[in-house]
Amino acid sequence: MKCLIIDDDATARLIVNKLCTSVDDIEVVKEFSNAIEAIKFLNSNTVDVIFLDIHMPSFSGFDFIKTLKAPPKIILTTSDRNFALDAFEYSCVIDYLVKPIQLERFKKAIDKLSIFEKNGETNDAKPSSEPSVNDLYVNIDRRLIKINIPDIYLIEAKGDYIKIKTESSNHIVHSTLKKIESKLPSDMFLKVHRSYVINIHRIIDIEDNSVLIKKDVIPVSRSNRGELMKRLNLL
Amino acid sequence: MMEKPNKLYLKQLSDGDIVFENQIISIIKKEFPVEVLEYQNSINTSNFLKTAENVHKLKHKISILGLEKGYQLASKFEKELKSGMKIQQISFEKILNEISVYLNTI
Repeated sequence: MKCLIIDDDATARLIVNKLCTSVDDIEVVKEFSNAIEAIKFLNSNTVDVIFLDIHMPSFSGFDFIKTLKAPPKIILTTSDRNFALDAFEYSCVIDYLVKPIQLERFKKAIDKLSIFEKNGETNDAKPSSEPSVNDLYVNIDRRLIKINIPDIYLIEAKGDYIKIKTESSNHIVHSTLKKIESKLPSDMFLKVHRSYVINIHRIIDIEDNSVLIKKDVIPVSRSNRGELMKRLNLL
Repeated sequence: MMEKPNKLYLKQLSDGDIVFENQIISIIKKEFPVEVLEYQNSINTSNFLKTAENVHKLKHKISILGLEKGYQLASKFEKELKSGMKIQQISFEKILNEISVYLNTI
């Protein structure tokens, strides 16, 4: 697979290049210290993957992705963990490596890349309405916590926060129901009330204007009841 | 006790490739003093956002030199600067000083 490295930091470029030599089937065809030069290169050349720094002066990694009509797979490299959530809004982004990049973590990213290549996943630079992966990263106390989306059974609005309930734990996150709803697969999750989004696969029973999910009885507003009933496999 | 700059991360990556190690050290020796000067100019003029950018750039070198706590402190300082504060300034500058001394010994 042919790859590009784009990073304004010379040590970072050298390190990614070195990491590429540690794995099979990756050929570094070019390195760039800024995104503009890389765009010029991509106008007349194609690559399979780009290792892209997010934090670059004047033209960020995200700006770069938005300029590409048919971007290849992108693996982001950054010293900043805070962009992980934004990063996965782009379906071409397949992984997010935090510097200093460790060899084992790099190899995992390449394994992931190979899986994407084998499955023939399509690329799309437009922000996707649904996450490209099964994981959701939430920012809690400056840490990005990974949540397996199918494990979420209920999300409850609590003022400026939302409470995400999963099989194994609960998380309080500074966000809104609208925002998290946009990150979740619409065939799995449904807003049944202004304060609740539920995983419809986890419903135990429905009675009048409420649903039972695990031990939680969740109200269903009149305006959402029709959509909920449509989603159910009724006998 | 304050952690010391080291080549542990580089050694892990290089897998014995001395040329690679020397290339990285050579770039750091060349760029680090320049980046420190840029940082000093920014903080002396209280340009906090610019200083945050300078710290961001420096923190990658801090991490390459194996300073895990130093990297965390730099991340905290960068965040502070974006909020118009500089509580970690002295501690951060101690790290820069440690690295300067170390680079003169290798």
